[in-house]
Amino acid sequence: MADSVQEFLAMGGYARYVWSAYGIAAVVLVFNVLRPLVAHRRLKRRIRNGEFVDD
Amino acid sequence: MATSAFKRWFHRFGSLPYFYGVSRSWARWLAVPGLVLAGYAVFAGLVLVPADYQQGDVFRILYIHVPSAWLSLFGYTAMAVAGVITLVWRLKLAEIFIVAAAPIGASFTFLALVTGAIWGKPTWGTFWVWDARLTSELILLFLYLGVIALHQAIESPRTAARACALLSIVGVVNVPIIHYSVVWWTTLHQGATVKLTGGSHMESDMLWPLLAGALGFTLIFGWLTLWGMRVQLLWRERRSRWVMRMVQDG
Repeated sequence: MADSVQEFLAMGGYARYVWSAYGIAAVVLVFNVLRPLVAHRRLKRRIRNGEFVDD
Repeated sequence: MATSAFKRWFHRFGSLPYFYGVSRSWARWLAVPGLVLAGYAVFAGLVLVPADYQQGDVFRILYIHVPSAWLSLFGYTAMAVAGVITLVWRLKLAEIFIVAAAPIGASFTFLALVTGAIWGKPTWGTFWVWDARLTSELILLFLYLGVIALHQAIESPRTAARACALLSIVGVVNVPIIHYSVVWWTTLHQGATVKLTGGSHMESDMLWPLLAGALGFTLIFGWLTLWGMRVQLLWRERRSRWVMRMVQDG
């Protein structure tokens, strides 16, 4: 079991290529999910605080 | 009769409070199957599919690279369609779509380029070559960034939207160039693996996860773009009464 996990992680000697590609993909996805959610929350707070009432 | 029904639908759909309300659940209905399909593609690509007989395990990057590259083209084409709708019918939602889709499209274009470079190093011996496929995809990234920059540079939202619509339409000429670049010019990049007609050059065990990945990425794009549109819509309507009332209510 431990051997097969290690073999899986080794990716036939291409570990750094395969895992860096999948890692960057994960970062890009998470970033794109969080960006609108954070912006939405922040904007709602600004509207609630009345920042745009008369300007 | 039919026209008035269509008009009613058009107005209802085009109504910003209505869209803001329903888009939240639409987003959820895109997110769940999108994440499931993309998750299956990743699991199959990393675990189920056997290593390629020529390239070994490095070919597993395919399951990220191809869906990202597909999405980079799909996203820009969708922006061009929204661009036409913006210019012809002045539909606000189409304007907002372009603005919301551009950063997401840019992200996946970036991902296609980076995963391609990572794959190229052990396979071609180099991260980058200035050949037709790679260069035209890089230009696509610049077009996306151009739309983002244009939107930020112009103060009036409607003027900005029209400029972005125009750039989206003009830039879409690059999409078929990217697609056919591997046919028209000699290139290091391999030809199309998946074809709609004439059969694909791939075993079905390897192909299905790839198609699932492409569909999953597309649904994820829809989900994220809807959220971007909601933020953009709220910003545009920040002084309107319905937004004030809705935000106060919770």
